[in-house]
Amino acid sequence: MSVTYLEAIRAAQEKALQDDPKVFIYGQDVGRFGGAFKATKNLAEKFPGRVMDSPISEDAMVGMAVGAALDGLRPVVEMQFADFSTVGLNQVLNHAATTYWRTGRPCPMVLRLPSGGTPGSGPFHSQSMETIYSHYPGLVVMTPATVEDAYSMLLEAIRMEDPVVFCEHKLLYYHLKAESLPTEAVPAFRARVARAGRDVTCVAYSAMLHEAMAAAEELAGEGYETEVVDLRTVKPLDTDTILASVARTGRLLAVGESWPWGGASAEVVARVASEGFELLDAPPKRLNAKDTPIPYHPNLWAAHRPTAVRIAAALREVLRY
Amino acid sequence: MLRARTVEDKLASLYRAGRIVGGVYLGKGQEALSAAGGVSLQSGDVFAPLIRDMAGRLAFGEPLIDAVRTYLGSRLGPMRGRDGNIHRGDLSRGILPMISHLGAMLSATVGVLFAKRMRGEKGGVGLTCVGDGATSTGSFHEGLNLAAVEKLPLITVVADNGYAYSTPNQRQYACTDLLERAKGYGVEGHGVDGTDPELCLQVVGRAVQRARDGAGPQLVVGRLLRLCGHGEHDDGLYVDEKLRRSTRGRDCLAVMEETMKTRGRGRDWEKWKEEAQREVEEVVAEVSAEPVPDPFEENWRATLTEGATEALPDE
Repeated sequence: MSVTYLEAIRAAQEKALQDDPKVFIYGQDVGRFGGAFKATKNLAEKFPGRVMDSPISEDAMVGMAVGAALDGLRPVVEMQFADFSTVGLNQVLNHAATTYWRTGRPCPMVLRLPSGGTPGSGPFHSQSMETIYSHYPGLVVMTPATVEDAYSMLLEAIRMEDPVVFCEHKLLYYHLKAESLPTEAVPAFRARVARAGRDVTCVAYSAMLHEAMAAAEELAGEGYETEVVDLRTVKPLDTDTILASVARTGRLLAVGESWPWGGASAEVVARVASEGFELLDAPPKRLNAKDTPIPYHPNLWAAHRPTAVRIAAALREVLRY
Repeated sequence: MLRARTVEDKLASLYRAGRIVGGVYLGKGQEALSAAGGVSLQSGDVFAPLIRDMAGRLAFGEPLIDAVRTYLGSRLGPMRGRDGNIHRGDLSRGILPMISHLGAMLSATVGVLFAKRMRGEKGGVGLTCVGDGATSTGSFHEGLNLAAVEKLPLITVVADNGYAYSTPNQRQYACTDLLERAKGYGVEGHGVDGTDPELCLQVVGRAVQRARDGAGPQLVVGRLLRLCGHGEHDDGLYVDEKLRRSTRGRDCLAVMEETMKTRGRGRDWEKWKEEAQREVEEVVAEVSAEPVPDPFEENWRATLTEGATEALPDE
């Protein structure tokens, strides 16, 4: 008996619907159809009137969730693809994210974003949006990399009083499996050392964690021990765990699937450079996707994003300094 | 209407005296349509006003002091100096604090109505106000369509005041009358001369009642003219002189005063005017003595969850 990353997301929503009558799910095709990825399969039947199809209106979907949240409900909005959340961006950044600061009334809602690249998905079905959402105050941005985190962090997100952008990676949906759903969880705002090592720190999150783990394995064969840190949540960023790791290794590579200008990997490097300068034995390095729209053809796509091979090469550079 | 005009005249002079930072946006000429919305709502309803709805706010029960406190940045106001002027709201009273992005409040009002329906609360309605400019946004379209799909009791009052900032109607929309759009959305439409207070009350009141009775979303289009600039920084000289002199350019307050006099109630009108003036002066004096926000005491956290907003290294 095993459970996939996608099943964990579905199970978390089912549990949230069960536990709290204030929770409802809203999004395109999430009702009887069960969602484009089946993340809400059978939930409409089990919870009548609480899992509903929306029109193709990302702005209104989020605006509606803001109103419902302010009136005491806990909406979970599924964007069909993270890429389409740009259409609802105004309601997320200017409405959901500003309300608590402006009024003192929290706006508890979760925006689920099927994120990241998969082969053949191309420029408009592959994006990682955490950079944009993290830049704005008032939002929590989660980027779970494991089945356990997909489950426990989504539950925590739905219970949270603040608006949460939940970036779930499509590449992990079907293939990433765990034995069972977790019964206890590390708090969502804490990063996790996914693999211990003493030579170099590789900070990653979401699907990049698995590329980083493969790269660490490859380097182990060459005699280098890589410590892999899984950020889990990119905002707030657990700087302490990152600095503690760099204190052990003296070297840092930060990896992100998003584009190279700014973002979580830049923030990690900036913080370590600024707050942990004396810990470093080598210049901290970043690795991100190429600065072009995300390509369609698998050959191009594989070269566009950081992979285990590219991460290993970058780690060797940091180690060689 | 009268209280709104009186407090707004005062706010305009405070702005000119340099006592108000940021913009001052008045509802001059739009009081009748706005007040008709506020009057037609009941406790338990939700109201999402826009920038020219002082009259609607006061009619719905927003304390006058909330407006003055927000404009003067009082720490005791609903926005505590964190947001200003027309961006105030009080969720405990059912007033949604608007964001500046036009059309955004439609779907938020739909969300409140959706929550009420999910909890099984019956009879409540939501009313939101926009101008002709907002009808060109995607948000307006998405929000009204969503309300129609969900058949929720949303009343959208469009104050078609001829100009969105300086842009005239003919550069804003190509239909003859925005009311034509109601059919396309599958909602009931109501047109009204926005300069006629009694007619506004009748028409907006009917739309609110239709929504309350379960007839779904209602679109009200009031035709009127903004009798001031976009904000007090703007002289509004671009407004067509012919339009100013037309019936569309009538001042609804003057119309009301005339009606009162015709009915032999001129003295009542004068009395109300004096009362409003006294109230405004008292409130402004009170608020002027109130504390303003202190950056050193401010809680610089945009989130409620412990640890969600990080402390910066220099804090």
